Amino acid sequence: MAGMGLGSLMIPGRALLGNPLPLDAPWYYGDPAAKKLLADVALNAARSKGATYTDVRIGRYLNQFVVTREKNVENVVNTESYGIGIRVLANGGWGFAATDRMDKDSIAKTAELAVAIAKENSRLLSEPVQLAPQKGYGEVSWKTPIKKNAFEVPIKEKVDLLLSVNDAAMQGGANYMNSILFFVNEQKYFASTDGSYIDQDIHRIWPTFTITKIDEKSGKFETRNALSAPVGRGYEYVIPQAADKIKLPQATLYRDSYDMMEDAREGAKQVAEKMNARSVEPGKYDLVIDPTNLFLTIHESVGHPSELDRVLGYEANFAGTSFLTLDKWKSGNFNFGSKNVNIKADKTEVGTLGAVGYDDEGVQTKQWDIIKNGILVNYQVIRDQAHILGLKESQGCCYADNWSSVQFQRMPNVSLQPGAAKMSPQDIIKNVKKGIYIIGESSYSIDQQRYNFQFSGQLFYEIKDGKIVGMLKDVAYQANTQEFWNACSAVADKSDYRTGGSFFDGKGQPGQISAVSHGASTARFDGINVINTARKI
Amino acid sequence: MPILTKDEAETLLKKVLSYSKADECEINLSGGDNANIRYARNSVSTSGATSQSTLQVASAFGKKLGIATINEFDDASLEKVVRRAEELARLAPENPEYVPFLGPQQYQPASKTFVDATAAMDPKMRADAVEKSLKIAKDNKLIAAGFMENSAGYSAMINSHGLFAYSTATNVNFNVTLRTEDGKGSGYASKGYNDVSKLDVEAATRIAAQKAANSANARALEPGKYTVILEPEAAIVLLENIFFNMDARSADEGRSFMSKPGGKTKKGEKLVDERITIYSDPSNPELPTRSWNGDGMPQEKVYWINKGIMQNLYYSRYWAQQKNEKAIAFPDGVIVAGGTSSLEDLIKSTEKGILVSRLWYIRSVDPQTLLVTGLTRDGTFYIENGQIKFPVKNFRFNESPIIMLNNLEALGKSERTVSGESGIHALVPPMKIRDFTFTSLSDAV
Repeated sequence: MAGMGLGSLMIPGRALLGNPLPLDAPWYYGDPAAKKLLADVALNAARSKGATYTDVRIGRYLNQFVVTREKNVENVVNTESYGIGIRVLANGGWGFAATDRMDKDSIAKTAELAVAIAKENSRLLSEPVQLAPQKGYGEVSWKTPIKKNAFEVPIKEKVDLLLSVNDAAMQGGANYMNSILFFVNEQKYFASTDGSYIDQDIHRIWPTFTITKIDEKSGKFETRNALSAPVGRGYEYVIPQAADKIKLPQATLYRDSYDMMEDAREGAKQVAEKMNARSVEPGKYDLVIDPTNLFLTIHESVGHPSELDRVLGYEANFAGTSFLTLDKWKSGNFNFGSKNVNIKADKTEVGTLGAVGYDDEGVQTKQWDIIKNGILVNYQVIRDQAHILGLKESQGCCYADNWSSVQFQRMPNVSLQPGAAKMSPQDIIKNVKKGIYIIGESSYSIDQQRYNFQFSGQLFYEIKDGKIVGMLKDVAYQANTQEFWNACSAVADKSDYRTGGSFFDGKGQPGQISAVSHGASTARFDGINVINTARKI
Repeated sequence: MPILTKDEAETLLKKVLSYSKADECEINLSGGDNANIRYARNSVSTSGATSQSTLQVASAFGKKLGIATINEFDDASLEKVVRRAEELARLAPENPEYVPFLGPQQYQPASKTFVDATAAMDPKMRADAVEKSLKIAKDNKLIAAGFMENSAGYSAMINSHGLFAYSTATNVNFNVTLRTEDGKGSGYASKGYNDVSKLDVEAATRIAAQKAANSANARALEPGKYTVILEPEAAIVLLENIFFNMDARSADEGRSFMSKPGGKTKKGEKLVDERITIYSDPSNPELPTRSWNGDGMPQEKVYWINKGIMQNLYYSRYWAQQKNEKAIAFPDGVIVAGGTSSLEDLIKSTEKGILVSRLWYIRSVDPQTLLVTGLTRDGTFYIENGQIKFPVKNFRFNESPIIMLNNLEALGKSERTVSGESGIHALVPPMKIRDFTFTSLSDAV
């Protein structure tokens, strides 16, 4: 599931995601030696109570969001959450406990509680956990390669940016404008009985907005959301660079930096155009889907079903299982998609949300194929699953969203590889007789085994005989995952490749969020069912 | 830090307040313990326990507000957090929508939100419960995946205008999915209470087991409009889209399903069947909730929809001031008034229809009409002549809960239900609805 959009941040009152940070605080609490001392307390306490493996995560999680509407700043919030999570193997099973009391005595007691839980639960195990071997890296570190730390940029600069963006939309005829800058910094220190002490400093940023246009006479309203992406970058992402822009007649699209002002100006025009767009005739269309929309379809229909924990049934009670069962993978010829469909998993791509040096169980990250020439070839695996696929090591997909959460298998970046032949989105559109060109993400829903999905979008353009003839509205596409990817008849080349993503991919019980990117170039899907979503109440 | 008593919390908060030099100061304090156990593939998987507490200080100079929090409770830390909030307030831009903090409030007497037995749950109790659930799965040759969590905590607030509030709460949630070994059948049950003694893990697991066995080898029906009986678990995830969108400001601004042409709203109009009444009541014994919210506003009994009429919207204190209305807080619990019929009665009175156990992955498609999409899951059955005839394959639907409540045939008896989407607790009846719109089939089990 990809959860929570902009709306979920518009919470009444002063609800917080953690503890607001003072502006005078240093932004990096960077003394690995002090963390190592605390980590060793936990490792030793767990070992003395009988743990056969222990890992410790000392985390300081910082969020900052600046929330505005029209001319007002609604909220400037700095949050901080600091504490320790201790995971142990004892009597063959997992135990986990966490605390925000960071004195040595509390940490030792928390480690002992984790062991007690593991021992208590071990009578309910059908087989002991098998952990893939992992070499210790010693004392190492990794940092997101940012150019400008967003947390060091003055609040005033951020407020000024948003208020000028709001003004641009209002000047362009919008009735309302909500905008947000969202910054994340995870400072994580990992230690394990394998001999790793890993210090990581991870940064993410997401600028976004919603423009609303209202027709007072009819009482109808339309919105247009930002065409930005959440990314694993610093504040440099909101400093626009001309070279990162893809200028199309319909919209400007963005690669490694984002022009929020320009997008707001264009969005204000487009939302007015949406008010008067033609309501779609339901039926089969060839869809030409921009990465700003396709990333979410990849996330839901490729990313989630190839999570090995879902395939095995570990998520059966909440997120669901998967149609990509092990027999399909073992056959070596399961036809997931057409030959144009090559999909890689990745935890290293610069600028993505999934990029880290090491995962949350001390495994160095990498890249691998999931779908090759349309065939299912691999899954997403962590240490206690590797043996099931006959792998000798984890693929490094373990993540916990906070020090207080237990780590488990989370999706790496899962991306559609660009086509090898030179091809632009315009080259694709000119060959479509009856189609719809779709830009931007909106409504999304998929079943618990990932067969049947329905997606909407921000902007829809009707294609007739190779030409865009006007804007459509009330469009949603419904398909079966395997049929959809087998209908993929073209993928644009790498010059069109961009990533989209989510800050809030939800999974697990208790629910955890994860940030993940999905890359793609514009792609064509033939004969997809489109429904009309207009209703009257 | 342990759960503080009312006196302990007040003493601590008064001390923090004494450090304030701002025009206004408001302090929120909360803390508690959470623990859980998870199982899948008929075996325990992950589990854990977390303990944390937070103190939040909001300081204001004029219309400039600053917020800071801390989770250390020595005197130096407490004074430091107050100074930080004040510094932030001085740096913050003036907010024209700022409303001063409330003065002392009268709250309803606390209802029974805290139950000692729930707070006393330990790893052994959770493991024992899971053991019983696993036994039912194994005895029936089914594969179980489930989750149990319990929490105990307190919250308190004080401000420089003399407001003080305090409450405690416990919660326990249990949910389980049982699947047939061949993966062709799946059943689910979910229960949540303040009081663990009301939770019957074995009974819930047996319901899931029965649905799993009965839902195997489903037949495909053509998508289209059907009479459906939505079990409470299915109804809640549609109905919550109504009350999550009853914000007065959005309605007044013209960007909600409650908006009308010309800047007017549908407040006071009959929008759904007159048998529909939806309200909130913190003192309801089946769904006790806190009698105040984080702003210090009282939580009182409020009718949101009364006999089909859209009676109240929630108003922030700022918007209430603008519109000369009473501020109404977003509720902590929602009650959908039901009738006396059982689910079995609803089935017996149905000539042709579909019984829906659960709906999944509900997302807004059009906020103007509240059109949402999603799918059936974990037990969908065809009914003919008052009897369940056979399981049917899952459907995707596109439906507005407003349209749905205009197509109401019958309501059953309300029961405490946990939303599988938002996690809220509500009292919700099973409901029979005609012309419910299924738009495609899904192969998912």
